[in-house]
Amino acid sequence: MSDALTRIHNNVMWNRLIAVVEEEAQALIRTAFSTSVREAGDLAAAVFDRQGRMLAQAITGTPGHINSVAECVKHFLSKHPIDTMVPGDVLITNDPWLASGHHNDVTIVTPFFFDGRAVGLVANTCHVVDIGGRGFTPDSRQIYEEGLDIPILHLYRAGELNETLIEIIRMNVREANQVVGDIFAFAGGNEVGAQRMVDMMVEFGIDDLGDLADFIIDSSRAATIKRIAELPNGTYHNRVTMDGYEHPITLQAAVTVSDDSILVDYAGTSKPSTYGINVVLNYTKAYTTYGIKCAVAPDIPNNAGSMEPLQVIAPEDCILNVQRPAPVALRHIIGHLLPDTVLGALHPVLPGGTLAESSSALANLQLRGGSSVAGAYEGTIVEFEMMHFNNGGMGARPTKDGLSATGFPNGVRGVPVEATEAIAPVVFLRKELRCDSGGAGKFRGGLGQDIEVMGIDGMPFDVLAQYEKVSNPARGRNGGGAGRPTRVELGSGTLLRGKGQQSIPPGDSFYLGLPGGGGHGDPYDRDLAAVADDVAGDYITVESAHETYGVVIVDGVIDQKATAQLRASHRS
Amino acid sequence: MEIRIGVDIGGTFTDVALEREAGSVAAKTLTTHDAPERGAITGIREVLETAGLAAAEVTQVIYGTTLATNLLIERKGSPTGLLTTRGFRDSVEMRNENRYEQYDINIDLPDPLVPRRLRRPITERIDARGRVLTPLHPQDVVDAAVVLETAGVQAVAVGFMHSYVNADHEQQAGEILAHHLPDVEITLSSEVSPEMREYERLSTACANAYVQPLMSRHLDGLAAELQRIGITCPLHLMLSGGGITTIETARRFPVRLVESGPAGGAIFAGSIARDLGFSDVLSYDMGGTTAKICLIQDGHPQTSRSFEVARMYRFMRGSGLPLRIPVIEMVEIGAGGGSIAHLDAMGRITVGPESAGSDPGPAAYDLGGLEPTVTDADVVLGKIDPANFADGRMQLDARAASEAISRVIGDPLGLDAGSAALGVAEIVDENMSNAARVHTVESGQRVETKTMIAFGGAAPLHAARLAEKLSIRRVVIPPGAGIGSAIGFLRAPVAYEVTRTFHQRLSALDIDGANSLLDSMRLEATPIVEAGAPGQPLHESRLAYMRYIGQGHEVGVELPITIDAAVIDESSPAQFLSAYEREYERLYGRAIPGVDVEILSWVLTLASPAPPHSTHEVVPDSKRVPPPTGSRAVMDADSGQVVQADLYARSDLAPGDSVPGPAIIVEANTATLVTGSFHATISAGGHIVMEAVNE
Repeated sequence: MSDALTRIHNNVMWNRLIAVVEEEAQALIRTAFSTSVREAGDLAAAVFDRQGRMLAQAITGTPGHINSVAECVKHFLSKHPIDTMVPGDVLITNDPWLASGHHNDVTIVTPFFFDGRAVGLVANTCHVVDIGGRGFTPDSRQIYEEGLDIPILHLYRAGELNETLIEIIRMNVREANQVVGDIFAFAGGNEVGAQRMVDMMVEFGIDDLGDLADFIIDSSRAATIKRIAELPNGTYHNRVTMDGYEHPITLQAAVTVSDDSILVDYAGTSKPSTYGINVVLNYTKAYTTYGIKCAVAPDIPNNAGSMEPLQVIAPEDCILNVQRPAPVALRHIIGHLLPDTVLGALHPVLPGGTLAESSSALANLQLRGGSSVAGAYEGTIVEFEMMHFNNGGMGARPTKDGLSATGFPNGVRGVPVEATEAIAPVVFLRKELRCDSGGAGKFRGGLGQDIEVMGIDGMPFDVLAQYEKVSNPARGRNGGGAGRPTRVELGSGTLLRGKGQQSIPPGDSFYLGLPGGGGHGDPYDRDLAAVADDVAGDYITVESAHETYGVVIVDGVIDQKATAQLRASHRS
Repeated sequence: MEIRIGVDIGGTFTDVALEREAGSVAAKTLTTHDAPERGAITGIREVLETAGLAAAEVTQVIYGTTLATNLLIERKGSPTGLLTTRGFRDSVEMRNENRYEQYDINIDLPDPLVPRRLRRPITERIDARGRVLTPLHPQDVVDAAVVLETAGVQAVAVGFMHSYVNADHEQQAGEILAHHLPDVEITLSSEVSPEMREYERLSTACANAYVQPLMSRHLDGLAAELQRIGITCPLHLMLSGGGITTIETARRFPVRLVESGPAGGAIFAGSIARDLGFSDVLSYDMGGTTAKICLIQDGHPQTSRSFEVARMYRFMRGSGLPLRIPVIEMVEIGAGGGSIAHLDAMGRITVGPESAGSDPGPAAYDLGGLEPTVTDADVVLGKIDPANFADGRMQLDARAASEAISRVIGDPLGLDAGSAALGVAEIVDENMSNAARVHTVESGQRVETKTMIAFGGAAPLHAARLAEKLSIRRVVIPPGAGIGSAIGFLRAPVAYEVTRTFHQRLSALDIDGANSLLDSMRLEATPIVEAGAPGQPLHESRLAYMRYIGQGHEVGVELPITIDAAVIDESSPAQFLSAYEREYERLYGRAIPGVDVEILSWVLTLASPAPPHSTHEVVPDSKRVPPPTGSRAVMDADSGQVVQADLYARSDLAPGDSVPGPAIIVEANTATLVTGSFHATISAGGHIVMEAVNE
């Protein structure tokens, strides 16, 4: 075959790999029970070579899973070397330290064979509905309270199901049928991916992925390094303070840009928490590299080559590299702040800068009702556990407003209120954009939301609170203002804690004010028409227009003269 | 005598097809954007003149248009207001709260069709079971009407929470609005899309309202013009779901017209498949900007309940406006003749979705386009003859094509122009084959057993290679594919689809409730279909969208109820369950034991029989191998070698003629490439039928 044709074939096969894993991801979404997989696309699917190098990943997925699964497959291979695997083998784990940082995420790895020889692996990491223990709450103090731990085991050995493991899982989780259904769905997804890989090898007449793998990895690495080389060498620092559970937490990053790599060192970051918001290093790496990629190489596909120049280290005694038996169930709360942390460090040297801080942590409405929380309530009591995803505002971009009620970095879809009300005994009183919550700026931060929910017919329930940015709102950049902080309270007005299980009494409601993103640039430089539009749509109040943006609006019309005076006095 | 006319108004051309017993006549005129009905009338007059018929003799006109789609894409609809439940006025702005692109922090989201200041909250609330928690406050509606009138809105959508279970409040609000704003069009979400999920339902209601004033005016204008030239027969409209309907229904639900053109194309492909006796079909339509792929079983295109219009970012899922309407399901990707090729940061060849369109067009057009396109690659590869393009009306510049390919692709990669062009063609074909393969698998079908029916300007050039990649062994290139949609309109049944959400567990199915639901759906559909097909026997089909409790995605299952006794009884749940498990296994390999199943949505479709058409057509035995008119060097994608392909003029070929690959069959607006792995014959109806030569 000519070199030209080989090159074209490699190009075509690379596209095919991405299509194959995307097909797998879509199959996972359609068959999963877990809300976060099926509604939110919270998953990763990827294909690996014999050495465990990730070659391609599905476009659909969330950063926390995608980059963790890349690390995880190496652990599988060191326990089960590739040539010891046989057709029909399927491996499984949910060890937080090997995969994506908490028990709810199950990773399944399936080898595929050509002429009897294992030539590669497909893997996916997905969130299951439940994994036992206390459930999805930050209140545990040890990993052992957070449910079942599955070490690296065979789910199938040479095609035979590991019935023992399935029985153990069944007895240790809530909603056993759904959890087991999920695990079969995830294994089925890999089956689809593995078969397509073999089909492709037949079509292109290759019996090994080695050359293709080298081509993908080498060209991705080179492209990433070329982008890194465009940044000035040096070490750049940033510090982010967050609420934490029992006390505030400092995230300290030193980002060193060299000719051919970027190293992020989290030395100086706070010690682990007593509660389940701790992060394992895999997950720290995942969200850190995601943040860097957004800024430096958003168009370069994620694989072992493009990830290699991005290195992440954290001291063993810090909250970003915790060890057993630290609890980790809600590790996303901190993980979601890492992109802001590294982007803040890189902001001064990125051409055009980057976005302001975002609301970042996904704000789940995790509610529990029934006899365990109803106390002396005499009305009808319904047992339920419900999760409803919500997002605050994204930070303003250097040349555009931030997106309202849109997740960054999590990329998780929200859930329709009607769908939640159809399956859980709750009524939402409101769920709409929160006026004046976007950080002020030449470009405004995205708005958060006002959400209020009550039990149907006034039934009491508990909230498993997991909210950030109550005391530390998203900061602006280049003179932009902070977004409005999170607010957590009873409908009747009593303030609640940002984290931990708390009761909503009969007849009362739960109010959650989601934070806005930070603003970008001086609000007094914001376009007048944009301010007037914001007032017309109640995105900001007429008072904010006046006080924060220096724009005087009377009966919906800009008073040009008064505005000019106000803005001039601000500048002098 | 039946004389039927199909009219398809597209973005550039208005196609008209007339059919009668003696055969068919076609016309193609330029679309008149200021008043599209004018171009339609021009085309109709032309076909009548050619056929020697008088206007009064026409028995039916079927009309489809991209006008509604364009109003949504270009945001040129009417100022529209929206009434929502208090506390929920932002669901159309918050969408699904996600970013459709993970790494690009600068993406834009589509602006809602109704700005926030025109979304007015109304105090009222109904719960998920349809109970009234808070009665409607009529004064809120009156106040909103005043605000919206002052703002000059011409249409109002009403979308309250859970109106798909209980539409009382929406109806009350609609009546108050009608009283206070008599000249404004009103859309109720419970009528246009009575399904759960507030964002999608309200998005659909807003889109309907947004296009309604202009579409009503346009349809009335067309009806009046037809009257004026003496056409007095019924005017029917093509719907995106593949059926036709009356003008009254189209005026109420103009959003159901959005995809009527492509729907016509799919029906056209389906009718060809039926004529040729092929039941398992993939239709492939490739034009200047996009390629569309649709699966067709037994002549019926696959349908869906949702669609996304006006995608604003690389045709990406999530970057457009969701519409919950019955629609023929198609995957559309940014791969057309005008799609631009370039190298990405890794030195990979990528193609599209940016398109050079027809202005400036491919580099070979010599109209100022400098970027290499798929058409340029096809010229360099020898698939297109530069001296004989578009019937010789246009001279292509092969050197410009070759230079553009070399400059952007070949030189940086160290490839000659031929290899670089092959790379471009291979990538675009690979993109299309990936889309086709994934779509087929997602539908639980096998792609390699299908017959491909290829139409649209660029499809015949790429069909054989695409088929090779998909292991498809038969490809049909119909004649007259240029006006396929208009012909497709003439093959469509009168049909109407009603969808309702009625949430039921199979283990506790409310049998009376389900029966009365189906009755009321039938009652809604019957007058609409009877108006379009008076006196005809109607066929009813019912689908239930079911899932395991806890899952998020439903599977559509045809309900096993006999037509004669269309009722649900005690034995139904068990039958429904086994039907569901069969379908689930077909799609996903295995059913899941021990988990209860629930039904979310119910769909009832009432249709007249499809209009009768020419009899079953046979492919004649291949006998005569005609003499080629010449030969041309073509690059073979499979081997990467240059081979000599025989040239034929399609107009010279007669039924029964046999053409072995490699060959190129040239016609007015395109050419069919028969690769070395195919052998073509001409069918009795003039189709080029390519069959794979045994391996």
